[in-house]
Amino acid sequence: MAQRAGIVAVAQTKYHPNRADVNEAELAYEAIKQVLEETGLTLSDIDSVVTCCQDAWDGRTIASLNLQHVVGAHFGHEFTVAEDGINAAYVAMSQVLSGDHETVLVESHMKESQGEKSLIENAGFDAILMRQLGLDFTSAAALQARRYMDKYGITPEQCAKAVVRNHGNAKNNPFAQGPMDITVDDVLRSEMLVSPIRLLDTKPISDGACVMIVATEEKAKKLARKPVWMMGVSNCYETHYLGDRELADCDALVKAARKAYSMADINDPLRQIDVAEISTEYSYQEPLWMEGLGFCGRGEGGKLADSKSIEMGGQLPVNPSGGVLPGNPNGVAGMARVAEAVLQLRGEAGARQVKGAKVALAHGYTGICGQLQAVMILANV
Amino acid sequence: MAGRVAIVGVGQTHHTTRRNDVNMAEMVGEAVRAALADAQLSIKDIEAFIFSNMEAFEGVLLPDHGMVAEVGATGKPGFKVTGGGTTGSEAVGEGCHMISAGLYDITMVVSWQKHDCGDATAGISAAAVPTFAKGMVTGAVSEFAKQALSYMKESGAKEEHAAMVRLKADRGACRNPYSHLKLGLGSIDEVLQSPYLVWPIRLYDFCPQSCGACVIILASEKSAKKIHKKPVWVADFVVVHQEPFRAGSFGDPTGTETYSQHVACERLYKRNGITNVRKQVDLAEIYEPSTWEEMSLYEHFYFCEKNEGWKLIEKGVTDIEGDFPVNCSGGVIASNPIGATPVIRIAEAALQIRGDAGEHQATRDIKTAIATALGGPNWTAMFLLKRSL
Repeated sequence: MAQRAGIVAVAQTKYHPNRADVNEAELAYEAIKQVLEETGLTLSDIDSVVTCCQDAWDGRTIASLNLQHVVGAHFGHEFTVAEDGINAAYVAMSQVLSGDHETVLVESHMKESQGEKSLIENAGFDAILMRQLGLDFTSAAALQARRYMDKYGITPEQCAKAVVRNHGNAKNNPFAQGPMDITVDDVLRSEMLVSPIRLLDTKPISDGACVMIVATEEKAKKLARKPVWMMGVSNCYETHYLGDRELADCDALVKAARKAYSMADINDPLRQIDVAEISTEYSYQEPLWMEGLGFCGRGEGGKLADSKSIEMGGQLPVNPSGGVLPGNPNGVAGMARVAEAVLQLRGEAGARQVKGAKVALAHGYTGICGQLQAVMILANV
Repeated sequence: MAGRVAIVGVGQTHHTTRRNDVNMAEMVGEAVRAALADAQLSIKDIEAFIFSNMEAFEGVLLPDHGMVAEVGATGKPGFKVTGGGTTGSEAVGEGCHMISAGLYDITMVVSWQKHDCGDATAGISAAAVPTFAKGMVTGAVSEFAKQALSYMKESGAKEEHAAMVRLKADRGACRNPYSHLKLGLGSIDEVLQSPYLVWPIRLYDFCPQSCGACVIILASEKSAKKIHKKPVWVADFVVVHQEPFRAGSFGDPTGTETYSQHVACERLYKRNGITNVRKQVDLAEIYEPSTWEEMSLYEHFYFCEKNEGWKLIEKGVTDIEGDFPVNCSGGVIASNPIGATPVIRIAEAALQIRGDAGEHQATRDIKTAIATALGGPNWTAMFLLKRSL
């Protein structure tokens, strides 16, 4: 790459269990307004827009119709990515590096409150063999959790520790939806949803939006007080049928991470990355994804969760923001991780700041048991 | 574009009303294998996938995820683009961006719609603003009936001209092995006997709901020349969306509309030094949901002066043997698997440039072509393809 793509500004709404007071466009505009104010840009300065939403969740065919007027797409160039928002940031990066666009607005929103989660997710399974089983993403995640815990001896306590730590960190995050004062025992005694996943092992229903502006290197240096550079990115699909996958090993994440690391010249992620923001809708995913990201060996995620090295002040703080478990909408979650990584690298993360962070990792996934994995490496130099 | 990108392989299914013999993934797999055969590549050569489909029509969440194995995308990067009628163009555009950004060398655009799993009119009606427009919308037919009325009134075109558009399309479709509706129509009267759907749109004036897939393989300049003897270059493309809260998105009752097509042309033609389309471009594959809209689009894309679109049809200018052939493939009124429709336009234009369109190859030599898409509340995408840059 001759040029780098830079993130100029990021904004998030406060995540909330039910934003019945706004429609999707109004929700998105709360964040859009902030990035425009910060950069001094107007919507007419935006020469490409990447939105991220899903028709099934918005309840509207061509969900981005909702947004055209607030994202600056009127007579403009707009793409909609129907995966987690981290992939929209990836698309924006490609548009900037292609030389076709200089300033790209990326928008991701979701109002989970207005959809029937289980029903929508069930439509994501193969229609002939799997949908009739009544699977949704939580029951599929339970299969993955069980397989992972059985294969590597990961304990419910280790998973519960991830919940407690994420909720604890979220207390420092003004955008967090519902940070709770909870203990490992509270998690282990919470209602069983689908064994081994309990209520506190999952995230609540959430509404929110995340927005960023991505620009060419030259433009980013002019627009941003502290531009943050997209140094490496990749995503990767697992196959669909759960029976065809080794659910205890997230091969797609391994591949996505490997490619992102090689682009960013990272060969020792634990040492070279200063802070990681990873997407976990279910507690077992934190140790599992940490293995996929190469922060530890296969099956060692539980041990890592037990150690202090991923806490604030540790060697690699994971999710200073509190991550997804205290409440982030699916589809926005991964892009919110990118936004949080940007705040860290700008030194603007307030009480959740990791001191002197120079290189950050953001992770997002889409679909059943993390079928599409995406990793982005960001840096401030 | 910073890096030059070429089309090195195209593949389609036979588009049809129902495909009870295959599921969505199997249908798409047919087009994937056809494109790989055309490019003489193995699936291992494909580095990233961009999927195009409107999930609301089949009611499948994350439909790309369900077909990863059949397509051959397991363990590979990719994502799905969604955005109404123009979705396919946007997917091809992103396939180009990924290459010109230097992120990948070879990308595959996988596009499809399997309309026998759903209902397009219901799906399109669900695009209306939920709070106040949901009950008022009856899919695309009524929108294009307004357009037809407005065009008829302003341009002086008659129903006979719309029928001529259908006859032209049908001649192309009957020669195209992949097209859906091959009606074998012989006369204007035959078209005019078809029933009205929403006046003045007749059954034969409008596009069908098709099952079908189309796949395009894109490659960087360096790889393209090695892969295919006849790479077709993506010289440029433009996507123009707009906000939907306007009257007359397709028609122009007030005479004050700015059309997304005009904005797109202004950008694409200017950047590429095109001042006289019919002289500088040899052929067009346009996304025409109705016969009436085809005549209107001739004008919007500056193939002729305002109110003269019907005259091009009358004179046979846009026939397969004409000076400026449009939709030799039979176009959208013959085949319309929505997520794939714009991709088919690009694939067909590429085949024409290669001289590989077979029975429906245009009579004149095609060196440069335009492929367009139309979607949403009159969104436009335009691709400019060339035999050599």
